[in-house]
This record gives sequence, C-alpha cells and structure tokens, in this order.
Amino acid sequence: MSAFLRSYFTVLVFVGASVLMVGLMLGAGSLVRPKRPQPQKYMNYESGVDPIGTGWSQSQIRYYVFALLFVMFDVEAVFIFPWAVRVDALGVFGLVEMTVFIFILTLGLVYAWRKGVLRWV
Amino acid sequence: MLALDLTAYWAVTVLKVAVVLALIPAGALILGYVFLLKMMSFMQSRLGPMEAGPGGVLQLVADGVKFLQKEDIFPDRADRRVFALAPVVVLMSTFLLYLVIPAGPRLVVQDLDTGVIFALAVSSISVIGVLMAGWASANKYALIGALRAAGQLIAYELPLVLAVVGVAMQAGTFSLQGIVKAQANGEIFGFGAIGNPFLFTQFIGFILFIVSAQAELSQTPFDMPVAESELVAGFMTEYTGFRFLFFFMGEFGTAFALAAIGATLFLGGWYLPGVHGGLADVVGPLVLGAKIMLVAFLIFWVRFSYPRLREDQLQALAWKFLIPLSLVNILATGVLKVVVK
Repeated sequence: MSAFLRSYFTVLVFVGASVLMVGLMLGAGSLVRPKRPQPQKYMNYESGVDPIGTGWSQSQIRYYVFALLFVMFDVEAVFIFPWAVRVDALGVFGLVEMTVFIFILTLGLVYAWRKGVLRWV
Repeated sequence: MLALDLTAYWAVTVLKVAVVLALIPAGALILGYVFLLKMMSFMQSRLGPMEAGPGGVLQLVADGVKFLQKEDIFPDRADRRVFALAPVVVLMSTFLLYLVIPAGPRLVVQDLDTGVIFALAVSSISVIGVLMAGWASANKYALIGALRAAGQLIAYELPLVLAVVGVAMQAGTFSLQGIVKAQANGEIFGFGAIGNPFLFTQFIGFILFIVSAQAELSQTPFDMPVAESELVAGFMTEYTGFRFLFFFMGEFGTAFALAAIGATLFLGGWYLPGVHGGLADVVGPLVLGAKIMLVAFLIFWVRFSYPRLREDQLQALAWKFLIPLSLVNILATGVLKVVVK
C-alpha cells in the first residue's frame, strides 16, 4: 500500500472506530438503563397535546432555490482551490484568469439577487 | 519486513484512535464546563453549578451518568433504523474532524495533503445526521428544525470554504501542518521573529471563518434549528438518554475541533516563537489548547450576547454580505500576493 493510500486508509479505520465506539457505548448503556414500556411514552411530543395527523406532513421548503444556488456556487468554489495553492507559480496570468472567473461568478449572484431569488418568500 | 511494518502501523493507529476517543469527550466537557456553565453564569451574575465537585467541575460528568440511566425511547411512528443511526452519523463527523488537526510537529493523526478541505467536508456530514434525525422522528417540530439546519448549513458552508481559500493562498498548501509551518516561517513587513499568524494578513478571512463557524455550530445568533422557544429542541425533540447525549457531544466536540482549526489557520496553531524540535511536541498541545480556548471564547461570547436572528435575516447575511465579501477577500489576497508580493 502506498503512503498516499495508507493515509486515507487511516480515515477508513477512524470511520470504523467511531461506529464501534458508539455501538459499545449504547451496548453498555443497555445493560444499565431501565425499560418499562407504557403506550404514552411512545407518542410523539407536541408540547403535551396529542399529536394531530402524521409527523410527515407537507412543509414548504422555502430555501429550495437557495439550495440550487448553493450547488452551483460550491462547484465553482472547487475551481478556485487548485489556483489558490499555485498562486505564485501561475502569477499574473492566473490572477487575471481568476479575476474574470470570479467576475462571472459575481454576475451570477447579482442576477439571482435581481431576480428575487435571495428574497425570503 | 512488510508484516513488521504493518504491525507498527496498526499499533500506532490504535493508539491514535484511543487518544482521539479520549479527546472528544474531554474537549466537549471542557468547553461545556468553562463556557456553557461557568462563563454564561458569570455573565448573568450567578454562580452556576456549585455542588458536584469543587466549583461544580463534575456537573457534566454527573449529567452523563444520568443520561446513562435514561430509557432509550423510540417513538411509535418513527422510522426506527434511521432514527437509531442519526446520532452515529453526527458523532462520526465530529470524530473524523480530529484526524487532521496537528498539535505538534509530529503530533497529528494523519496529515492529509487536502487537510483543510477534508475537515470542511467531514464537518458537513453532520447535517445529514441532523436531517435523518429530524425526518425519522416523525415529529413536526423535529422536521422543521432539521430543514432549518440544512438551509443554514447551505448558506454558511460557502463563506467558510471561501474564507479558507485566502489562507491556502498565503500558505500555498491545504495541509494543516504546512499552514502552521508557513505561519511559523512567515514574516510581516520584513519582521520575521514571531512568524506571521494569518490573523493579521487574513483578518477578513478570520471574521468570515468565525461567523460561519458560529452558524455551522448552530450557536445562538444562528440557532434557528433548535430554537427552544418555538421548536422545543428542534431535531433532538424525540431523543432520550445516550442518543441525546451523542448530539450534545457532537455539538461541543465539533465546537472544540472547529476552534482548533480556526486556531491553526489564523493563530499559528501549535507554534510558539522560539520553541523548536522535540520541545515543540511537548509545548505544542498546550499552546494549541490555549489558542483553542481563545477562539472558543469568541464563539461563546457572541453566543451569550446576541439574540437569535430571524431565518430571512440569517440567509440574507450569508448570501448578500458574507459571500460577496469572501470573493473580494480572495481577489484582494491574490492581487497582494501576485502584484505587490
């Protein structure tokens, strides 16, 4: 295994360890904690009133358009990363290119703003 | 030879896992006690917990023991498997954050060359756990809380990422160890004796980072997801006992880790001027710890001082102010670095 792969293998080991740790803690807890079932305990909590309808009622996701905007901006941000660590090497050429790129990006934000996307509806 | 190498790898890795396992509850307890219990109390002219241990130090330990004895309740309507898994996802995100934070020249679990990006990526895994928790609870409050949390993360992820770009430009690397070294070797206006903590040259980046971290952690000006006066406890409403404790540990463990990343990116991390070599491995954790407390103090100071932002104000702050500002910061850093040198 190369050093590069091994460094990410450690990440994998940590994922496994975190799941194991939570499992052990919950397992230890199950030995100690009481279990006295009563039907009222398993009702959904809605400030003391019996719950009305199902919990999965339709709700308005107001920032749906924000989410689309986020996906686009986040992908654009990925293009900034490689330049960011090579600023010195790419010099003025890279800077001009990136200025143009960020200008277009900002234009997109201004367009969304003018279209009223950033307004809370 | 390979077998021996592998044994050594596993020995070291198991040790690292153990250290991080101890560090998360410890970090959560320290922040919880010093800031949540004591600092908030003093700011409100009261003493806070005083009974458990000297000055109430053991209060949170007592709370943990209490959680251990609580019944593990799954609501009838809940989606059981997702409900059970959600706290695990949140805690896993916290756990992975500690992977890349260096506490000394050799004291780092794994110095990935994409360190900062990795940290930001795993920190946003927690929102999947929050969405799972909110959805699986089959509770209206929980669902609204989880949707708010997702909307908030979407808005503040961008300024956070773009604030870090400025630091990466100055350091020329994404590795956190590399960023610490760049700060240690840097100089401000030709004066190199104390290094160059990026706090000075990336001041706007620091402000952006702190504000976004505050929002990512759902600390008070940005605590719409768990707004207790309207949503009971948001996505955590249906959780009891240990699973509830996991969310608490996740929140404060992540606060500790984000404060550590902030300290590493902007305050010079484990580096103390004049300390080099093997000594830095001993002094490093203490220096980093002090800097973490400083950054965490800022976060909690704001938390205890300001009222909650409305959801539309919260989104407007991110999209109309922080994101344009971070783009300007990147360009300004680029111009200063390329043209002025």
